[in-house]
Amino acid sequence: MVLKVMSANQAIAEAVKLANPNVIPVYPITPQTTISEYLAKFVADGEISAEYIRVESEHSAISAALGASGTGVRVFTATSSQGLALMHEIIFAAAGLRAPIVMADANRALSAPLSIWNDQQDSISERDSGWMQVYAENGQEALDSILIAYRVSEDHSVLLPSMVCIDGFILTHTVDPVDVPEKGDVDKFLPPYKPDHAYLDPKRPMSIGTFTDPNYYMEARHDMELALEGAKDVIANANAEFAEIFGRKYDFIEKYRSDDADTIIVAMGSICSTIKDVVDEHRDNGEKVGLVRVRVFRPFPTEEIYDAIKGASNVGVLDKNISFSVGGVLHNEINAKMDVKANGFIVGLGGRDIKPTHISEIIEKTKNTTKTTQWIGLNKEEL
Amino acid sequence: MEIPEKEFLAPGHRACAGCGATIGVRLALKMLGENTVAISATGCLEVITTPYPETSWEIPWMHVAFENAAAVASGVESALKSQGKTDTTVVVFGGDGGTADIGLQALSGAMERGHNLIYICYDNEAYMNTGIQRSGSTPYGASTTTSPHGKESFGEDRPKKNMPMIMAAHGIPYIATASISYPEDFMKKVKKASEIEGPAYIHLQQPCTTGWGYSPEKTIELGRLAVETGSWILYEIEEGEFKVTYRPLQRRAVKEYLNAQKRFKHLTELEKDRIQSHVDAVCIELKV
Repeated sequence: MVLKVMSANQAIAEAVKLANPNVIPVYPITPQTTISEYLAKFVADGEISAEYIRVESEHSAISAALGASGTGVRVFTATSSQGLALMHEIIFAAAGLRAPIVMADANRALSAPLSIWNDQQDSISERDSGWMQVYAENGQEALDSILIAYRVSEDHSVLLPSMVCIDGFILTHTVDPVDVPEKGDVDKFLPPYKPDHAYLDPKRPMSIGTFTDPNYYMEARHDMELALEGAKDVIANANAEFAEIFGRKYDFIEKYRSDDADTIIVAMGSICSTIKDVVDEHRDNGEKVGLVRVRVFRPFPTEEIYDAIKGASNVGVLDKNISFSVGGVLHNEINAKMDVKANGFIVGLGGRDIKPTHISEIIEKTKNTTKTTQWIGLNKEEL
Repeated sequence: MEIPEKEFLAPGHRACAGCGATIGVRLALKMLGENTVAISATGCLEVITTPYPETSWEIPWMHVAFENAAAVASGVESALKSQGKTDTTVVVFGGDGGTADIGLQALSGAMERGHNLIYICYDNEAYMNTGIQRSGSTPYGASTTTSPHGKESFGEDRPKKNMPMIMAAHGIPYIATASISYPEDFMKKVKKASEIEGPAYIHLQQPCTTGWGYSPEKTIELGRLAVETGSWILYEIEEGEFKVTYRPLQRRAVKEYLNAQKRFKHLTELEKDRIQSHVDAVCIELKV
């Protein structure tokens, strides 16, 4: 294995090259843009043979991706923040039309105020769409998650799109050593996509995206719910096979020194690397602190998270998002779905630094279970 | 001209009696044949032809949303190309709202990128599916539910957006206007559009019994009146070459066209004269 140093955006582009999609419609937006640029260069250099569509908006990027997917081929697109918000309408349509699109989202705050920096409000706001969502911790996981996402999305029992989310700048523009898998191994794990049905094939005409009255709509949505829940088995199998071929084992959640922990922090994305360091410090001081990192956010791994946190006296959940007047979304979902009383912490909105001292502050504040939401890292002078 | 008998839009759909849109689609598909994929924008056509679990489309068909038909078609065309299926025709049917208003950006992008597809705007000059609201394609003076005539209003106070010329500004190889009431002219244009490499745009006027306010059996007659009065001019622009494809032997008075429709009924003689002089100016310029 030869590790190459690259940003998570480049790692994602490498993954897309390996997955070899037929069509790539993309539109630039910071901090996603370099994914589009790497892919453009791959096409320009003849390293991949995809049709690269320079669309005029993100709305058209996802629309063209959905049209292409309608012909039964593999497609890729990427976006961020305002772009994802502009896609919103078609994000729901893509899931409803059961298109196995894979998209990378470079997590960035939503306007206003305008911010190009990281939080996870953009993708969290699409949580009800029917897409699967994975939050990567580093470049390697970003690359691997794209390959796994195709495998799961294209499974005939699933047929739902996937969003691989990477923290803007923190991952998209930060270089890490990454193992780029061999094409042959990837082909074994991810064979070419062969749809069950004939899609937009004149030899077997089919109407896609029809008008539906109240007699049928609800069943279509119910099917999506079954497919998303059913995807859990498919994800587990894909993770196992991925580990067998590539030696890297992924799960719905990652448990870090949490088995015997009294205090557990739950979080998603790149902040978990910082939290692991802080956990180590606290462990060095004899405190039983641990981390549960949620990787797969949709389908929501209720059982896995609950099993991991139920033994702890205190649970604190970090959210880089805010559902106003309710609190952080992950926090609320954990409290709603599980017999726990977790504290919630709103952190890192619009690129606000989350320092190790903040994590220690959160660990302290988690020791008293209040079930409330607190904002960490606010600049008191600006309030 | 030999017109293929085979139909690709099955009857039994939910269109109003006298619907002009479905006539346009039938004629177009006859020329394009079975190796065709159709994309629809949200609108009358999509709703009336695909009430799940039924469909009128005998060719592959896809609909995603209102404003993105041209973007969806871009993806379809690219995906077919990537599979070497370059002999399959991609045709888009968008209404005037889905084309001239909400779908203009996606359409502009698709045309400018040079996708090999045919975009047919079926223009009934208002948002008919939602109940006759004005669009950018509604003509001057027409009363709609959002440009109603009244004490302070004579109806729509802006001229019709010139979509074909907006398309011409994209420098695409083929642009045409057409009318369902001149089927041979329209079908020849569809054929030409399918034979040309690159994007083609056809702006098809189709009278709407519900929105224009006339008796359903008069749809073809209304389409003819539009053309015979010079209110709608049939032309094509092939590789930049502008050509009028039909000239009435003698132009009839615009009033004949206006008076046949409820949407213009409120207009005063003065306003009708104003519309006539506007039509005259355009017809003189184009030698119609």
